Amino acid sequence: MSTSPKKTGPDKAATDKSAPEKTGAEKIASEKAGADKAGPAQLHDPLAARQLDVDALIDDPETAIVVCCGSGGVGKTTTAAALGLRAAERGRKVVVLTIDPARRLAQSMGLTELDNTPRVVKGVGGTGELQAMMLDMKRTFDEVVLAHADPVRARQIMDNPFYQSLSTGFAGTQEYMAMEKLGQLQAEGSWDLIIVDTPPSRSALDFLDAPNRLGSFLDGRLIRILMAPAKVGGRSAMKFLNVGMSMFTGILGKVLGANVLQDLSTFVTAMDSMFGGFRERADRTYRLLQAPGTAFLVVAAPERDALREAAYFVDRLETDRMPLAGLVLNRVHSTGAPQLTAERALAAAETLESPDQEDGTASPEISAETEVLAAGLLRLHAERMQRITRERRMRDRFVSIYPDVPVVEVPALAGDVHDLDGLREIGERLNRR
Amino acid sequence: MPDWEGARLHVVSGKGGTGKTTVAAALAMALAAEGRRTLLVEVEERQGIAELFGIAALPYEERRIASVAPGALGAIGAREPRGTRGAKREGEVFALAIDIEQALLEYLEMFYKLGRAGKALRKVGFIDFATTIAPGLRDVLLTGKACEAVRRKGPDGRLLYDAVVMDAPPTGRVSRFLNINTEVAGLARFGPIFTQSQAVMRVIRSPETMVHLVTLLEEMPVQETVDGVADLRAAGLPVGGVIVNMVRPPVLDEAAVLAAEGDHTEELALALADAGVGARPGRGGTRRAVPAATRKLVEPLLAQGREHAARVLLEREQRADVQALKLPTYELPLLAGGVDLGGLYRLAAALKEQGAA
Repeated sequence: MSTSPKKTGPDKAATDKSAPEKTGAEKIASEKAGADKAGPAQLHDPLAARQLDVDALIDDPETAIVVCCGSGGVGKTTTAAALGLRAAERGRKVVVLTIDPARRLAQSMGLTELDNTPRVVKGVGGTGELQAMMLDMKRTFDEVVLAHADPVRARQIMDNPFYQSLSTGFAGTQEYMAMEKLGQLQAEGSWDLIIVDTPPSRSALDFLDAPNRLGSFLDGRLIRILMAPAKVGGRSAMKFLNVGMSMFTGILGKVLGANVLQDLSTFVTAMDSMFGGFRERADRTYRLLQAPGTAFLVVAAPERDALREAAYFVDRLETDRMPLAGLVLNRVHSTGAPQLTAERALAAAETLESPDQEDGTASPEISAETEVLAAGLLRLHAERMQRITRERRMRDRFVSIYPDVPVVEVPALAGDVHDLDGLREIGERLNRR
Repeated sequence: MPDWEGARLHVVSGKGGTGKTTVAAALAMALAAEGRRTLLVEVEERQGIAELFGIAALPYEERRIASVAPGALGAIGAREPRGTRGAKREGEVFALAIDIEQALLEYLEMFYKLGRAGKALRKVGFIDFATTIAPGLRDVLLTGKACEAVRRKGPDGRLLYDAVVMDAPPTGRVSRFLNINTEVAGLARFGPIFTQSQAVMRVIRSPETMVHLVTLLEEMPVQETVDGVADLRAAGLPVGGVIVNMVRPPVLDEAAVLAAEGDHTEELALALADAGVGARPGRGGTRRAVPAATRKLVEPLLAQGREHAARVLLEREQRADVQALKLPTYELPLLAGGVDLGGLYRLAAALKEQGAA
């Protein structure tokens, strides 16, 4: 049984659907880059997206876990932190698990050291409580090993070079350990809401594959072959090769080198006792994610690439029957002067900038500086209006493909967020109608 | 002379969302100017190149995806006084999306002539195992493939590609990705994988290789770039330049906006009315009376101006942090409406003009 566990093509979620229909991600992607010569900005939304009610979500005592996923650079960590703060200030006992927060954001939450345990965030108002932690994947992995093996065996595993690489370098370990930590936090039961940030990559949902991947790996013949030498008691690699068990051992030895094979075989044997535990944990986390108390939030920015990734996540969550609460569309631009179109603003800027005005009467009250400023402000406005048009087009495209996904738009902030006030402001914006 | 004369493997990394793939593609195009041939390599199985160029998913083979006509990126031979080889020829950009499974089979075939046994390995799950579970092996295969392309010779005995540009994993992982060969060497102290890792590492640590980092003028990407440079240096990897992507031209500075506050708003309203904003007053006639519709625009426009000024200020700080790295730095403009093929040529021209190619 070899299920191919790793194939992160754009059509992954589509493979189940038999029709040649495009996935949402592909539909989003088919929006041509240059196709949006800005028309006049729509003043009223042609498509009324279902509004995602964030406060209702975090206030609901049934909501126990919120998972934020999305591509890198869309403000996922900030969103997770802002949700945590808001939920705490509205009375819940919250823990936020962040993966790789910006330094100043981490500092603002009192996360100065990476010690893999939740710490109380100071300065939180209201009746609830907020704790936050940064994931240390190596330490989390170590904890799993220690939980499943006796001290001697655990030491053996942790000293193995394969373990050292696996626990720090293997792409996917971070995702897996984030979910492991989520399982631990949930089992501890000290919080009534856990908010999880996910690693910044498309593989952020790789943990959904973990049970299957682990299963097919463990049930595979390879593992038996690798474990064979230790089982027959052979200690030297040469002896192993001489046993001549199958052609594969020979090939493996040739490809990997005999010493590698031996390290690997020792490692696999040592890990053997833990595999059952691993699989069980992965299965449990998977079920936890499907449970009614869990809500996934897909975070995106109103840009083509980010929304394509968002569509990928939405498809994937649906395939795995994970409960999607909605889409958080970050950094959406707006204007206080929607009545002035980009075209008119640009035309006016040009009028102001033309050296001799056609009527020849320069206005003495208006200084040259003011004219430059006025023209600049008009150009900025034109830029803003064009941007709004583009963003709306991208959003409408998403909404028309996924009419059932509730959306909340978060107006863009001018600068980065690195204190609790900034997070509070984001929380406000997440709930502004 | 271009800044990276002599470099043949350009590794492009950056924080997620900074436009790594776009910059890598533009660099491959810039390096292809003057009749050269470059290869753009993708290692994350995302089909980002196909996406960017608006073409169907790339198979695991080198394909020509763009050409660079003489002079397309600026004056012909402006930087090549020798007027030699191919100044008038068309440059070519090839692309390769590495499929890890096929790369492994190819590797096994190349070194062990496995034939059907290779397929049998797939059956017992070795391929899955080797490419997803065995740490480091995946990265050796990916970097190995890129290094092989760097060294490969054509039928004429000359190097097939003048340069290879790799769209690499994000900054947080790139040091490990490139250095994993050392790590594998720690696992495998002898044997074919050890030998292969050592060969790859020699290319990566040679002056032929440069690691460039892409950033935006925002706090997190800049911080990650600064950290990334430190990581690369600590790992003994060659740090190239910093490419600041999506730079927006400052329309107004803070001083201009501050000047507009208070007493000047009336004057501003006049200027706007003058330019026919808010209403269309008869020109030259009753100009002194600012229409109410115009007056209503002043505050929102000023608010946008203040926001802009704050951003300009923030960007100035970030730019200073980038400059403090004392690395060659290039700036690429934000292309409103996303990147299309025309936009890629523009970015390539900008890179070339600034000396990156």
